[in-house]
Amino acid sequence: MPAAEISSPPRNYEVMPKASPNGEFDGELLEVAMGPHHPSTHGVFRMDVVLDGERVAKLKPVFGYLHRNHEKIAENTTYLASMPYTDRLDYFCSMTNNWAYALSVEKLAGLQPPERAEYIRIITAELTRLVNHTCLVGFLLQDMGALGTPLMYAFREREKILDLFEALSGSRMMCNYMRFGGCRADLPAGWLDGAKQVVENYPRFLDEFEAFLSGNEILMARTQGVGALPAELAVSAGISGPMLRACGVNYDIRKVDKYGIYDRFEFRVPLGDHGDVFDRYMIRLLEMRESLKILRKALADIPDGPIVDSKAKIRGFKPKVGEAYGRIEGPKGELGFYLISDGSLNPYRYRVRPPSFINLTVLEDMCVGHSVADVVVILGSVDIVLGEVDR
Amino acid sequence: METLEQIKDRIAAAIPGARLEIIPNDTPANQRSLLVDREHAFEVARLLRDDAVLRLDYLSNATGVDWLDTSIKEKVKVKKVVEGVEKEVDEMVERKKAGYLEAVYHLYSIAHRHGPVILRIRTDNRTDKTRLPSLTPVWRSAEFQEREIYDLYGIIFDGHPDLRRILMWDGFQDYPMRKDYAEPDDYEYEPTPHDEVLEKAQPHSR
Amino acid sequence: MDEGLRSELSKQGIFTTTLEGIYNWGRRNSVWPLQFGLACCAIEMIASTMARYDLARFGAEVFRPSPRQADLMIVAGTVTKKMAPQVVRLYNQMPEPKYVIAMGACAISGGPFKQGYNVLKGIDRYIPVDVHIPGCPPRPEALIHAFMTLQKKIGAQRLSGSERARHADPEAPSEFPVPQYGPHDLEPSKNMDVWQPPKLARAG
Repeated sequence: MPAAEISSPPRNYEVMPKASPNGEFDGELLEVAMGPHHPSTHGVFRMDVVLDGERVAKLKPVFGYLHRNHEKIAENTTYLASMPYTDRLDYFCSMTNNWAYALSVEKLAGLQPPERAEYIRIITAELTRLVNHTCLVGFLLQDMGALGTPLMYAFREREKILDLFEALSGSRMMCNYMRFGGCRADLPAGWLDGAKQVVENYPRFLDEFEAFLSGNEILMARTQGVGALPAELAVSAGISGPMLRACGVNYDIRKVDKYGIYDRFEFRVPLGDHGDVFDRYMIRLLEMRESLKILRKALADIPDGPIVDSKAKIRGFKPKVGEAYGRIEGPKGELGFYLISDGSLNPYRYRVRPPSFINLTVLEDMCVGHSVADVVVILGSVDIVLGEVDR
Repeated sequence: METLEQIKDRIAAAIPGARLEIIPNDTPANQRSLLVDREHAFEVARLLRDDAVLRLDYLSNATGVDWLDTSIKEKVKVKKVVEGVEKEVDEMVERKKAGYLEAVYHLYSIAHRHGPVILRIRTDNRTDKTRLPSLTPVWRSAEFQEREIYDLYGIIFDGHPDLRRILMWDGFQDYPMRKDYAEPDDYEYEPTPHDEVLEKAQPHSR
Repeated sequence: MDEGLRSELSKQGIFTTTLEGIYNWGRRNSVWPLQFGLACCAIEMIASTMARYDLARFGAEVFRPSPRQADLMIVAGTVTKKMAPQVVRLYNQMPEPKYVIAMGACAISGGPFKQGYNVLKGIDRYIPVDVHIPGCPPRPEALIHAFMTLQKKIGAQRLSGSERARHADPEAPSEFPVPQYGPHDLEPSKNMDVWQPPKLARAG
């Protein structure tokens, strides 16, 4: 859908002025710590908010309540042993995390996954994008006060995709499926048919979801004009993923880097033009439709063949001295891994470029001037997962 | 995109006096990086962002690296007078190389869709001269990432608007991502003891 | 009461029970958990309340955001040292009778992240835990099993006598000291009244 159509519903919500009309605060400022135990912060995240009445005057995020030393642990273990830890970064999207890490190591060691593995990677990554965006919409609605129902719909669909992941990798959430130069196991019998069925039925669920939500008056009132982000600030602040595209910046790493075999697929990149919560919500719904397009083609075209590069070594894997930075378009944004090898079994430096952490850079800019209730919605639209924010 | 040599020449022409060095990378990734001196790093960063050809407007990733003090043992041929005759003798010489902390920035251009250009800045040593210029005024994206580097590596960024610990608590005194960090010993108990973990838990067992 | 008499009475439509029995029956079928997720396991905890697994069948679907209204704390995920004081404080704020489920390897022992400098090696170092569920993360079925185990435990609790439950004993502590942030580690690093390191099986 072109950008103009996204913004077509009427905007009936005026952003409140940043201070009281005469330009000065008329009362005492109140300091509130939202979190780390707060139902709306999607985990253990804290925001120190300074309030002027209902309006936010200042907001400082506080991190680290889930800082579990992923990078330090990875530097003390072998390359392959970090793979299951990447599952636990963004625990909604273990497949894309695996892929980003595998891609970086493949750059470092010069491995090339075979054709079939590339297709499997695209299929699992796009299924992951469906899971992530569906659940995000559910949680966003939960933050707006629609307790339970949208989230239950979302989790119902999530379970269907998790069943596929479980059949493929043996685990619902923590798949640990990709390997350097390919994938761990071939598709089980009947898996493709199951996946095709899920993909076939998904648009029906999306139609239903959108019919209930997108035109809903309350949803529009709560999201349109809330948390607007200017495009220049978004680029300067390193915002990536759906949040960047909601500001109208056409930058999708699947199109720019053409990693994997994304250049073989036709899909469009939805763009917003206001950069507010509604655009971010809409972009995700539209992206799911594009993902389904990719999935349909990939499931039809997937060839037979080996699934691991024959040059890939599992035991005694030692890349040459040097470094590599690999990145993919994760469901939350640019997920990158920066590795420095000193020629030993362990990486000398292992760094995760976490999209949801960097996307929070502009949280204060988006929230100042809005009410406390809007802060919850704005945070929900950023789409954070604390495992990745704090690592 | 221009090659790294061209970028280097471009910077050298615009900012006289900037000491630049290309760090090679032999892996198949072939991502070489540009080492910039501390004094000119901020100007170089601003040039990279504003230059019409480069337009590196997107700082994707900023991170720290800790390089320990190393000593390299080398065989050196030394001329020595042995028993009245001058001879060439092999001698082991130990050279100490001071360690340093390094900040690495990965830059991309959204406007021109190219990248990455990798920028490195190094401190003098790991103990008392650990100050670097902050690039947050150039790219807002560095704000939290530089705070994280400060928290985990102890690089102090001059010009950062709000340099506090970000992941660990405020009273914490160590820099845990440094290679010589000693973690607190709280391995009193290991339900499935094995190898090093057992060794670690052993002192607490009596 | 004699079993024969009880069965005879029930045939006549008279239902007999003990005060303890009906009190525990009520409690065990309306365990309200604290809405409190720490990490990956929290997603499985949410999944277990959703359509497919439906924790509501066990009377435990009412997740309360406030500790003052909760009976059960599900420690779902990695407890970091930065978070541990808050977890203990939340536990202290819950009214008795209160229970704790340690969900997942991290909450039990630190799990895969045990080597981490900021990871607490098991929440039972600071607060007493009633049910441990292993797994990384445990499946929703495992959480349901933990619930049923907890229900059995609640059902068997005595309210009087020497073996009475903790909440029925006015002498037993219901709050535990909150650890403080130190310069290198939490202080103290464990509460010796609650947890003592077991003897190593292979120490020698």
